[in-house]
Amino acid sequence: MSAVTDIEVKDGVDQETVDAVREVGGTYKYGWDTEIEMEYAPKGVNPDIVRLISEKNGEPEWMTDWRLSAFERWLQMEEPSWAMVNYPKIDFQDQYYYARPKSMAEKPKSLEDVDPKLLATYEKLGIPLKEQMILAGVEGADEAPVEARKVAVDAVFDSVSVGTTFQAELKKAGVIFCSISEAIKEHPELVKKYLGSVVPVSDNYYATLNSAVFSDGSFVYIPPGVRCPMELSTYFRINAENTGQFERTLIIADKGSYVSYLEGCTAPQRDTAQLHAAVVEIVLEEDAEVKYSTVQNWFPGDENGKGGIYNFVTKRADCRGDRSKVMWTQVETGSAVTWKYPSCILRGNDSQGEFYSIAIANNHQQADTGTKMVHLGKNTKSRIVSKGISAGVAQNTYRGLVSMHPKAKSSRNYTQCDSLLIGDKCGAHTVPYIEVKNNSSRVEHEATTSKVDDEQMFYCRQRGMDEEEAVALVVNGFCKDVLQALPMEFAMEAQQLVAISLEGSVG
Amino acid sequence: MSLAQTKETDVSKRLAEMKVSQSGWSAPARKEAYDRLMKMGMPQRRDEYWKYTRPDTLTSGEAIPAAVQKDSEGPIFDELDSHKLVFVDGVYSETLSDGLSLTGAVLELLSTTEEVDIHWAKSLYGSLEKNGQTPVARPLAAFNSAFAEEGILLHVKETLSKPISLHYIHGSETSDVILHHVIKVDAGARATILESGAVAARCNTVIEAEIEQGGQLNHIRAQGRDHERRAVTHVFAQLEEHSQFKSFTLTMNGVLTRNETVIDMRGDDSIAHVAGASVGDGDFHHDDTVFITHDALRGESRQVFKKVLRNGATGVFQGKILVKPGAQKTDGYQISQSLLLDDDSQFLAKPELEIYADDVACSHGSTSGAIDEEALFYLRSRGVAADEATNLLTLAFLSEALSEVENEDIAELINARLEGWLKRRR
Repeated sequence: MSAVTDIEVKDGVDQETVDAVREVGGTYKYGWDTEIEMEYAPKGVNPDIVRLISEKNGEPEWMTDWRLSAFERWLQMEEPSWAMVNYPKIDFQDQYYYARPKSMAEKPKSLEDVDPKLLATYEKLGIPLKEQMILAGVEGADEAPVEARKVAVDAVFDSVSVGTTFQAELKKAGVIFCSISEAIKEHPELVKKYLGSVVPVSDNYYATLNSAVFSDGSFVYIPPGVRCPMELSTYFRINAENTGQFERTLIIADKGSYVSYLEGCTAPQRDTAQLHAAVVEIVLEEDAEVKYSTVQNWFPGDENGKGGIYNFVTKRADCRGDRSKVMWTQVETGSAVTWKYPSCILRGNDSQGEFYSIAIANNHQQADTGTKMVHLGKNTKSRIVSKGISAGVAQNTYRGLVSMHPKAKSSRNYTQCDSLLIGDKCGAHTVPYIEVKNNSSRVEHEATTSKVDDEQMFYCRQRGMDEEEAVALVVNGFCKDVLQALPMEFAMEAQQLVAISLEGSVG
Repeated sequence: MSLAQTKETDVSKRLAEMKVSQSGWSAPARKEAYDRLMKMGMPQRRDEYWKYTRPDTLTSGEAIPAAVQKDSEGPIFDELDSHKLVFVDGVYSETLSDGLSLTGAVLELLSTTEEVDIHWAKSLYGSLEKNGQTPVARPLAAFNSAFAEEGILLHVKETLSKPISLHYIHGSETSDVILHHVIKVDAGARATILESGAVAARCNTVIEAEIEQGGQLNHIRAQGRDHERRAVTHVFAQLEEHSQFKSFTLTMNGVLTRNETVIDMRGDDSIAHVAGASVGDGDFHHDDTVFITHDALRGESRQVFKKVLRNGATGVFQGKILVKPGAQKTDGYQISQSLLLDDDSQFLAKPELEIYADDVACSHGSTSGAIDEEALFYLRSRGVAADEATNLLTLAFLSEALSEVENEDIAELINARLEGWLKRRR
């Protein structure tokens, strides 16, 4: 039973919105676990564990050394405390840093060799790992034509990658899509060149810990001029108890390439909180374009705030090349604590960064999320659209930075962040930092729904819509664009989210 | 010894040399403020609240000397019919002032009441400042409460017929002044306080204002053209039911100015407006830090800040609206905008919202950019010279903040100063 059922809804808040939030924040659908024989490394983290993880992955020495130096750095760092989140102190020595299904001791040669229980787990989650299964398009309420679509999946179960689909077909296009542990062995030159180049080893407490102990994750390389023939997807599942998941994703989009990447996460319902500290690095060369979409649905804890995932994630894209473009889309509905700021370094001239976020916090959830747009190159553009919804006794914070450096002439930023509170026990907060160091750039930060794009509004009004309808159309139109890019199982949730209107919202 | 250590020693040396007054009605409050300060420590560069403004020259052992400048325009509010009180380097000047007797109010000086043990200001002095220390520490205000040398104690009992004008004169190049004013506005009474002139080479001023039910206080301040000024100011206002507080600050130049306004809206239906227009050129650093707490029903707050910056000037805005649980029907508005007239200037802003009530309307906006080329083209195509067109558009940009000044005569005077600044280009 969700907390939103008991409260009186204020005027101006749609019942539909309340229902949608209840649906999303109510019972956790992915709370079951898989009984599977696991192999653990001893609890705690120390140089031996770091070496063990490296050894289990069969890594070369340079990688082991890289991890160990990260671990050394981590020991000297302090856990950050500036975010508006409260949780009991984490005992980093009371976690398992490595867990893998026993059947994975010998890496399966093909999907046929994978433990059927594992495949069943993913099937239950709605993620087919069998290649013959092709995901159908989203069945929209408006009876949109059902369009078949292929998605290649890399599934990560606790600490290891279970399997990656469509590898052969991707290979034909020259795309490398595999687990990062495989990439370290097969493509060391690429990994050496790019790993840690966007999120440096000593970037922050959690990223440094991740650098030391990451067990697996996904690796993508799109060669120059290639448009990736299908969407790539990683699906993360934490199954084992008391286990931290530390995955590392590295995406390299070479000159003129394009890829759309999807990420999903779930975990079983457990009484104790679990740690998740991931790092995602994206490198974009000239004219490259990357779309990165996430539906984060880790177990949020029960309605009394028991259990749940502590989600401390560092995601950053480096638009190195001119005219490169990155788009982060996130739907954050899970996790007990979220600490996540997908960022864009707009280094190349004319590069673009976009950040679209819907964050829903219910019950005892706490979300502190946002983005950083660092404008370094000329004519760079960024756009931030953030919608935060709080219910129950949840706290939802947007925290962001827009920085226009002196050399980022004629750059442009537009930020809009809206919050909606359902009930009087929750909180919604906005903490934007704006730093403008040249005058040819324009920065706008807004937090009102009435300030939808004037031209679009004018267009709608001209065609006889009233203002309310026009706003709804423009906002929902934008939302749909973002949400339709999400894969099947996410789209079902997305449908509900679209119903959320922004009426009665505060800035 | 490292540089940082030298600085810290310097600061503690300053503190050790200063004495907290032991006698009179304010002694307990001063002692408390001193203890508070010791606990908090002076602000440091690494403090989040001082991210965009360096506090070191405000806390250092000695003030950096500042040349005494003659303002060719004369005191801004002299044309107005007001009750004038003049302070030269922080010392009250009997000869230049209109005296302490005033119809409808009790007006005294901090320095002359010190030996008295019982005083109406005792319950206010240092107490609004203390309330304003959470959730964010303001050590320089506690420092002020502990060591203030002078200030007015004003108890407004009925609506005053004319504004009280506090005019400051900077006399000595090395003056380092701490002023602490306490204002109490009785239920239904109204008053206007004006502040103008160069206070000192370095100044630290605090105003504590308690406004009772239905009372109104207007505060208008003009920080002048003394560019070598280093100033930190705090205004703490506490608003009871149906009361109203409006504050407007004009800032022209100044190497370092930090104006903090902390408002506690504890009475239902209270109104608080804080606005500022600042224009800076060259080594100008101006920081507006505002913290408004809504802790009652149907409060209305507005923050309107406009900054015009050129030749490497820096403008900072840190604004926050905190809506406490239960402060329903709050209407909060905040806008901070900067106009950068060239490529060297910068605008740094942190417009924050923290909301714990669901039936509220809070919005904030922040923009930064250059003069609108199209508007400039429009004016030029109609024969307006480039400089003049830029000035016109600059004044238009500042007008939203200026419109917060209700008294038209005062708004006119402020506008004239802005025009003067734009013409002189300094």
